[in-house]
Amino acid sequence: MSDFLVYLITGLGTGCGIALIGSGLVLVHRVTRVVNFAQGTFAVVGGLTAISLLDTGLPHGLAEVLGVAVAAVVGLLFGMIAIGRRGTSPQAALMVTLGLGILAYAVEVMLWGDQGRSSEGLSGAVTVFGARIQTHYLLIIGVTMAVFAAMAALFGRTDAGKALSACSSNPYAARVVGISVTRMGLIAFAVGGALGGLAGVLLAPMNSVAFDSDVALIINGFAAAVVGSMHHIGRTLAGALFLGVAEAMVAGYGSATYQTVVALGLVLALMIGQAARTHSVVAEAG
Amino acid sequence: MNASQPSRSDAVEVRDLVVRYGAATALDSVSLRVAPGEMVALVGPNGAGKSTLVNTLTGILTPASGSVVVRARIAQVPEGRQMFGDLTVDDNLRLGAWQLRGRGKSRRKQRDTSWVYELLPDLVRVRDRKAGGLSGGQQQMVAVGRALMSRPEVLVIDELSLGLAPLIVADLAEHLTELNREQGTAVVLIEQNARLALDLCSRAYVLEAGRIAAEGDSADLAASPDIARAYLGEAQGLPSPPDAQGAPGPDAPGPDDRATADPVPTPGTVKTGRGNQDTAVQAARATTREAK
Repeated sequence: MSDFLVYLITGLGTGCGIALIGSGLVLVHRVTRVVNFAQGTFAVVGGLTAISLLDTGLPHGLAEVLGVAVAAVVGLLFGMIAIGRRGTSPQAALMVTLGLGILAYAVEVMLWGDQGRSSEGLSGAVTVFGARIQTHYLLIIGVTMAVFAAMAALFGRTDAGKALSACSSNPYAARVVGISVTRMGLIAFAVGGALGGLAGVLLAPMNSVAFDSDVALIINGFAAAVVGSMHHIGRTLAGALFLGVAEAMVAGYGSATYQTVVALGLVLALMIGQAARTHSVVAEAG
Repeated sequence: MNASQPSRSDAVEVRDLVVRYGAATALDSVSLRVAPGEMVALVGPNGAGKSTLVNTLTGILTPASGSVVVRARIAQVPEGRQMFGDLTVDDNLRLGAWQLRGRGKSRRKQRDTSWVYELLPDLVRVRDRKAGGLSGGQQQMVAVGRALMSRPEVLVIDELSLGLAPLIVADLAEHLTELNREQGTAVVLIEQNARLALDLCSRAYVLEAGRIAAEGDSADLAASPDIARAYLGEAQGLPSPPDAQGAPGPDAPGPDDRATADPVPTPGTVKTGRGNQDTAVQAARATTREAK
């Protein structure tokens, strides 16, 4: 029982990291229709920046905030390159983000080397029902829930959120009513960068961060975002938490070697099931 | 005819406008003016440059040369209605006020949609529905309402009737004249259905291959044999019996005020042909394609 609780909380923590990556993907796609494959890069940049700043003696909190800020700036920069030129198609922009992600490898290796680094997270642990749970996991879960609540409120209740959605819903109409589509897209990229950076900063104490850590992050984050149809915030969160918990359970009760494969297999099964259900409803309606 | 004499009080003044797409010239020294509170039609065939002119007026396209002076708040009802399909009707309307930058109380007032529902009561029923799922006529109303939310003094409508059933077009036309009469909003109506446009508006420009081919009072234009032949159909121009004009049939909501304003051309210009008792409604029926 206590093992199960530990796996569950660890899984939820990992899932929250995945959810933050997924939310960045959804945000950027919802505004620009671009699948931003550099989303994992933001996490690496944010995480490594925070670790370096902590090494120079900066206190916890400040270092993490600066890490997130640097990731946001990188996000804005990537956005300017990917969608800054008017008339760039979302498909072309996708390739640009992929290329920027690979280019970033070189810069990251130059700055931080090719070895994984880690930071100290929130120390201490609490005991729940006989299970020792690291406080840091609770921090991750809390921060992620706050971020998702804020995003849901932004898109669901505010005019700014509606205007962001309007940009991908109908870019031409958005321009007609005076919404600057490019500026909105750049805002989305910057916030997406911050969300990625937040994931990196929060995950750094649990897993070491290296230049190529983005691959695992983007694969999982993308799977979660696809569960949310690249659009729905809540379903993306659910998909990410499911992935995180499934991976922790497989690693805990089985072998860590298979954790990603099994978890992604489950998501695939889930999506096929979902598609089959939608299809049968359509067939009935027709 | 004073159509070509611009004055400083004009809401919109376009002079010698040239717009190019790459090497192709879409508009070639076009001049046009719209006075405050006026209803002006812009007619012409497909590809004549009508939408280009509209998009230049609203600042979406930039001219290669010439001048565009807009002295009033201008809002556009774009061609094809252009809904934010996955947002609700109410959200679509609110976004129409996006450019109005009020703070606090005045902002809340700017984003208040209730007056648009009063003007277009058919939208009340669907206010929380996704705009993408509405019928073509309902979407056109949302598009008009969304444009009105920016409190325009000039409303530019790109293809009011395209793809809509004639009855719905007649209803929309009614709303437009009402809006023009009661709020003094100037209307620039771009239409392929020249008959409808000339009926609704007092003045008109005919655009052909990027140039203004004719301009003047709608009545004069409708009476001109060239225009009638090219845009109003071969049979146009036969003097209709008065009762035929006022009685468009049992299924049409009476567009009487417009029908009586129908220009009745002088018999001298009449071409032979089948008897034609066009009303705005029937003209719309003849040339629009049904959507949805």
